[in-house]
Amino acid sequence: MSTGRDPGLQPERTRLAWRRTLLTLSVVTALEVRLASTGGPTGALLAGVTVLVWGALLMLCWPRGTGAGPARTGGRTLPLVALGTVGLAALGGLLVLRGLW
Amino acid sequence: MWEAIRRWFDPAELRSVGEPPDYRFSLANERTFLAWLRTGLALVGGGLAAAQFLPQLPMSHLREVIAVALLLLGGAVAIRAVDHWARTERAIRLGQELPASRFPAILALAVGAGAVLLVIAVLLRAVGGR
Repeated sequence: MSTGRDPGLQPERTRLAWRRTLLTLSVVTALEVRLASTGGPTGALLAGVTVLVWGALLMLCWPRGTGAGPARTGGRTLPLVALGTVGLAALGGLLVLRGLW
Repeated sequence: MWEAIRRWFDPAELRSVGEPPDYRFSLANERTFLAWLRTGLALVGGGLAAAQFLPQLPMSHLREVIAVALLLLGGAVAIRAVDHWARTERAIRLGQELPASRFPAILALAVGAGAVLLVIAVLLRAVGGR
């Protein structure tokens, strides 16, 4: 009997979780770009920054979602994705507060 | 605090602690992190939606207050997600008990309180608006 560990569906489930997260991230990006698009030139700049953050996170997370390359867990990807989320929230806050004056 | 933040970005330091765990546990921990991150993203998305889809509310700036509160909550959930992931990973490697946390209870109370406040606001408007 093999003593090797049976991964079961764990890697597949994790890949799908990454895909769901990227999908959610894309929806949030779309909402933020829509909000920024009403803000004139500064809004356009912030929309550009939002799209850049989204692109960077997409490039970072894509291998986790597709299973391309070696299967890995943890690493710097996780804190960076969390940081990106905080960045999107901060940009959103800037856009909301900018609309007040 | 800065030490903890530095640790999040240092996978080598994490790998030097304890023993390599069954990777299924690491994968499960990662999925929990992703589920929390999606919770945070949903709150951020809710804040962005409130800012642009809510009509101008009778109380001045109430819409902006709701939006910023949701954005702050979403950011806090994302930060807490990565912190909890790192502490859980460490505990798994060291064979210790998993870290306990009050955060889910606090978040649930905050979201519940926000919902109750909005229900009251809607009822007041329905009664006083005509």
